[in-house]
Amino acid sequence: MTDTPLSLAEADSTLFTRLRRWWSGETANPVKRVQFDRPLTPWMFLLPQLAVVVIFFYWPSVQAVTSSFYLEDPFGFGATFVGLDNYTDALTSRGYMSTAAFTAFFCVVVTALSLGLGLLLAVKADKVIRGAETYKTLLISVYAIAPPVAGLIGMMFFDMHMGPFTQIAAWFGHDLRVGIDYWDTASALIVISVWKQIPYNFIFFLSGLQSVPVSVREAALIDAKSGWRRFCDITLPLLAPTAFFLLVINITYTMFDTFPIIDVIVKDKPANNPMTLVYKVYLDGFKGNDIGGSSAQSVILMVVVALLTVLQFRFLERRVHYG
Amino acid sequence: MAHLSLTNVGKTYGGSAQAAVADVNIEIRDGEFIVLVGPSGCGKSTLLRMVAGLETITQGEIRIGERLVNQLDPAERDIAMVFQNYALYPHMSVRDNMAYGLKNRGESKAVIEERVAEAARMLELRPYLDRKPRALSGGQRQRVAMGRAIVRQPSAFLFDEPLSNLDAKLRVSMRMEIRKLQKRLGTTSLYVTHDQLEAMTLADRLVVLNGGRVEQIGAPLEVYRAPASTFVASFIGAPAMSLLDAHVENGQVMLEGHALAPVAHEAGPVTLGLRAEDLRITPGGVPMRVDHVEELGAQRIVHGTVGEQALAMIDTSEAPLPETVHLGATPSRVHLFDARTGRRIETASQPVSVPAE
Amino acid sequence: MQKIKPLDHLIVILGALFLCVPVVMALMSSTHAAIDIHSNGLYITPGSHGAETYTKVLTSRGGFTGDVTGLLMLTNSMVMGLGFAVGKIVLSMMAAYALVYFRFRFATLIFWAIFATLLLPLEVRIMPSYQVMSELHLLNTYTGLIVPLLASATGTFFFRQFFRSVPDELLEAARIDGAGPVKFFIDVLVPLSKTMMSAIFIIMFIYGWNQYLWPLLMTTDESFFTLMRGIKSILQVWVGSQIPDYNEAFALAVLAMVPPVAVVVIFQRMFIKGLTESDK
Repeated sequence: MTDTPLSLAEADSTLFTRLRRWWSGETANPVKRVQFDRPLTPWMFLLPQLAVVVIFFYWPSVQAVTSSFYLEDPFGFGATFVGLDNYTDALTSRGYMSTAAFTAFFCVVVTALSLGLGLLLAVKADKVIRGAETYKTLLISVYAIAPPVAGLIGMMFFDMHMGPFTQIAAWFGHDLRVGIDYWDTASALIVISVWKQIPYNFIFFLSGLQSVPVSVREAALIDAKSGWRRFCDITLPLLAPTAFFLLVINITYTMFDTFPIIDVIVKDKPANNPMTLVYKVYLDGFKGNDIGGSSAQSVILMVVVALLTVLQFRFLERRVHYG
Repeated sequence: MAHLSLTNVGKTYGGSAQAAVADVNIEIRDGEFIVLVGPSGCGKSTLLRMVAGLETITQGEIRIGERLVNQLDPAERDIAMVFQNYALYPHMSVRDNMAYGLKNRGESKAVIEERVAEAARMLELRPYLDRKPRALSGGQRQRVAMGRAIVRQPSAFLFDEPLSNLDAKLRVSMRMEIRKLQKRLGTTSLYVTHDQLEAMTLADRLVVLNGGRVEQIGAPLEVYRAPASTFVASFIGAPAMSLLDAHVENGQVMLEGHALAPVAHEAGPVTLGLRAEDLRITPGGVPMRVDHVEELGAQRIVHGTVGEQALAMIDTSEAPLPETVHLGATPSRVHLFDARTGRRIETASQPVSVPAE
Repeated sequence: MQKIKPLDHLIVILGALFLCVPVVMALMSSTHAAIDIHSNGLYITPGSHGAETYTKVLTSRGGFTGDVTGLLMLTNSMVMGLGFAVGKIVLSMMAAYALVYFRFRFATLIFWAIFATLLLPLEVRIMPSYQVMSELHLLNTYTGLIVPLLASATGTFFFRQFFRSVPDELLEAARIDGAGPVKFFIDVLVPLSKTMMSAIFIIMFIYGWNQYLWPLLMTTDESFFTLMRGIKSILQVWVGSQIPDYNEAFALAVLAMVPPVAVVVIFQRMFIKGLTESDK
């Protein structure tokens, strides 16, 4: 290393040269110094993945959008174009709005709890047992448990007749009726979803903690006496990239991957039970046969997800310090 | 500014039979620059980290000033450390990096600003105060690391091989900077390195460590001229001192049947130590078969064998060398070590001159 | 070193208990008779009906058509897991190779087209996906179960990152040795990627094994049911009056849990490496 400051490579950025490069397939900072220049071979390698993506991603997505503008005949004989009716119906129906509200609530609570608990466990585990494999193994194995299995086990714990949680709640004078009472069911959903997700966050936070160089931590030991200070000033900012990444993943998880848990507990009986938007898409589409409405809901969800992702990247990523 | 004392300091890791550090006794005077030097794994870093509080102390006592620090947190010991890989906080600017330790100690903003500005001036960091570490070169980062230590005005500086990650040229210039800075500030300093040249040029006194134990403590020249053991003899000095099997007979040191120099010691086997620069081509001296020559420009190192043993000498002439050269040495520069223990044998013909403090 | 307080230990232990006790109780309860569970609640200690319950779950024929055994569902889950993992690795390695090592038109466009799949998870397009599958006559087939799940960018992204980190000199040396793109891929890159492939395989296997929603939609024929689908069926047939077969449900859950957990535990190091490097 010589005593000159490092500087980032400056790409040639006139519009014309950028367009020319885009057309010919070069990127501004070429990935590899040397690349093959065959016209046909890359396509040979790309085709399988591309074909699958087009047929099973783009085609259905396009269909979702188009069928959202139609109302299907109940006997399956055709469909009438209804414009934005499906959308307005969905957005104005009370059922939809209350589900949307619950989804938002659920998302915030589960994300906060599973991130918070995951972080707490990672920090303590890192401090107490640096490198002890058994603890890590224990926590990590829960990650491998599928959501429906988690839902099943959870359902037993909350079972009205013999579940331990029901018994514990009875000690406090509360009659826990999961599957019947709205908020009891909601609490069960939250607990199970958080339980399932903690290991994932734990793994990533632990990994993030252990990538903070030992010498930086030691310098902090010399500079700051209080562990809390060190955590707030040094550890947390350096964990920010991991935390940001986990935030995105967790939000996606709460909105979509909790489907099996809901399905297991709610068992297709919407009645008075809480559910998330994605579950409603399934119910209306597959059980209710409202293809148009369900598609409209799908599209709304797509927009929401895309918006959330973009927002997160624009506002949060800026404040995150990388490396 | 303080007196540092290590008394019977030792460290054994739980579950290990071998001690990493044992029986270390060092008294460091206020303002002294002490260098801990030795090969990898000799325990020098462990010792430094015990002073810092980053390792627990299994035996003995460490005092900084008059305080016993064995049970104190690193942040309470009033020390500042410069790490090998700088350990700068990546998300903070240079200014914040330097100010952080002071902020946590409750210093007022005015004092912090003044000290940071002063350190930045001393280390020529003023243009970089608002940059993040990743935008700095290795040498600049090292200076920030030092700045962080300076602003604290601690009782002692601890350096853990701070120059090892820099390229050779930078290392030489930073070495001088560190020395000048320390002289100016007068802060007691403990410096760890595996580079014997760095140790020689920086230290007021050296501590040579081997296998967790102190082999010798002394001023650089003293350690160089009168190494206390074969280990110290071969570790300090470049090219390394040649150690040969010899024996004393009739008041003469005999090397492969040739008398080298008179010495006052009883007859018997000894380990003979000869520095390359202390040997001269002397007619009638001990014959050495020349194997190869390293031309350095100002001088040349001649490697050869005497009997079966390797030997090196430095020759400053430019004349072509014959196949066999004859060597002689000044009696006072002939080192004798016990053939069994490796410890130095003091003989009357070797007055050890120690420079006045 | 930092001083470790008793509170830290407590938190660590409580965390472990919170996460593990439910699993242990599920395992233990599966070895008791349903009646006992109904009256006494869930168990922490093993019971005596284990062998009986598991044999029943694995071999007795249940479901509406009487075709489905636990063993059959286990096999289907295995097919899902393995098929998905293998498919993902093959497809994404090839696609990543093309994107990294070749210069060609539309490369950036293709990259973004694949990357965009990360934005919309399957759940958001279940209806039309189902219709597409129906039109292609792929309902109730293994192909239909596995292939559509391959339409996501995760694997491609990961291998792309990995290939980017491979030194350029390898390709240059290979070219000097006369290797064309296909040979280079097969002889150099694939062997080099073995550890990454294993890590990704583990993650994808677990993902495929744990699939719920897609198999739910795609299979009405019970002989294609996976263990996950089986869990749903078992819960569906519980009627109010009789005592539910808790023990069988738990046994099924345990069967569904064991392979992924075993894989994670045995290959833990590789698994963590793959997880933390693949999702970035």
